[in-house]
Amino acid sequence: MIIKTEPEISSSEITDEQVFKNRRQIIKSLVGLGVAGQISPLLANSDKTQTQVAGLKPTPVDVVKNYTNYYEFTFNKDDSTKLAQKLVIDPWSVEITGEVEKPTTFHLEDILKMQAIEERVYRFRCVEAWSMVVPWQGFSLANLLKQVQPLSSAKFVKFTSIYQPENMPNQEKKAMLNFPYVEGLRMDEAMHPLTMLAVGMYGETLPKQNGAPLRLVVPWKYGFKSIKAIVKIELLKQAPLTTWNQLAADEYGFYANVNPDVPHPRWSQNSERELGSGFFTQRRQTELFNGYGEQVASLYNDMDLRHFF
Amino acid sequence: MIWQNNKLWFASFFASLVPLLFLLLDVIFDNLGGNPIQALHIRLGDWSLRFLCLTLAITPIQTMTQWKGMADYRQLFGLYAFFYASLHLLVYLAVDHGFNWSLISIDIIESPYIWLGVLAYVIIFLLGITSSKWAMKKLKKNWKKLHRLVYIASVASVIHYFWQLKGNLAEPLLYLILIVLLLGFRILTWLTNQQLAKMMVPKGRDL
Repeated sequence: MIIKTEPEISSSEITDEQVFKNRRQIIKSLVGLGVAGQISPLLANSDKTQTQVAGLKPTPVDVVKNYTNYYEFTFNKDDSTKLAQKLVIDPWSVEITGEVEKPTTFHLEDILKMQAIEERVYRFRCVEAWSMVVPWQGFSLANLLKQVQPLSSAKFVKFTSIYQPENMPNQEKKAMLNFPYVEGLRMDEAMHPLTMLAVGMYGETLPKQNGAPLRLVVPWKYGFKSIKAIVKIELLKQAPLTTWNQLAADEYGFYANVNPDVPHPRWSQNSERELGSGFFTQRRQTELFNGYGEQVASLYNDMDLRHFF
Repeated sequence: MIWQNNKLWFASFFASLVPLLFLLLDVIFDNLGGNPIQALHIRLGDWSLRFLCLTLAITPIQTMTQWKGMADYRQLFGLYAFFYASLHLLVYLAVDHGFNWSLISIDIIESPYIWLGVLAYVIIFLLGITSSKWAMKKLKKNWKKLHRLVYIASVASVIHYFWQLKGNLAEPLLYLILIVLLLGFRILTWLTNQQLAKMMVPKGRDL
């Protein structure tokens, strides 16, 4: 077995408040200039200590930018870099509705103004048994949801991606998946402090192929849960039907928590290829909840994780 | 043994190494994308499958063109399928898993798509080591029976390819069609021979 050398993921991943506030000023000033899409250069420098504290070494940015699953464009992970550039993301708004006190449609600029942008370095584990470490810029989903005042009847959250068939070839062709892409979380998962909405990575604006302008990041679940290009968030009484689950319910569960002991029906989830690692390096032993068990295991205390995979 | 004093045969022998050369260049110049280990793995598997298809194509070509002496090419391409499959396996064990046997054994046990890869490789291995004229003579009638297992190996390798994918089914689909055609040709030949055999028997008599 691999002996785990990575330090435990600690709460120190969360950037200290002063840095947040600076970031917030930066975003505010940018939004003021009408360039919400260009947060890049100013975010780039202040986060280096941050990354080291977390003990996770980010994957080279070129790998993260050029190895993406974006089935709306292509089934091929390196073609999405080019194809996704056609996506129109300006202007962008997000509708939050359902079991909430104040259903609201937010312009992206307003979200950026309201939320303190912080950097979080998370391991991202794909259901295809590879992983990368990404420094994301974003904010807790809970902070946004609180603004619309969820009702006690809200038990689940449904997320919907953009539907733009004129620019997304596989939406146009109705290829393989039911589009628009839909994902979901249980309310307590959505409100968990680790669950974030990302608007940037590596100190730059989120590239389109990586989910611009706004994507979900749930680090203890397989990557397909972390839906890209979100336009709608609905709070529901019942669990939504999610895209991959609809395609193959026995292969892609609603929970999709990273779990080395529950193999996919066709392949093992016991280990993962860390992107950016060299030839002849062993695969990494996959951790339960992707290593975030200390923070999230309590959400699933009395659940059989084999059944609710 | 397999060395033949024939220009076309030599050309085929060296041409079959070209994919490996290109692959090595891509490794050296870091041209394999974000997941180079997987890319390397898939490229080798692809070439093994291509040579397997080529091997299966020899008999139909021979039947259609009446060209004698194609058996040498069937052996050559079959051995190349074996060669690329062996490299494919070696990359899995060494490059991807660094010979960590506990990781490897769990991976194999839990991954049905790998079972089919193992099945295909065991067959191709057996056919590879019994491909010589000497082995052919030694095994007599059994040689043909043994080498018919190539049909199972080809179907197993295509499913092996299919089963590991989440999307992008276009390429394995191409191989599937090709293999169905190549195996279909044999079924058709077999059926025709049955018909011919029947016609040889005078009416009213049992076969």
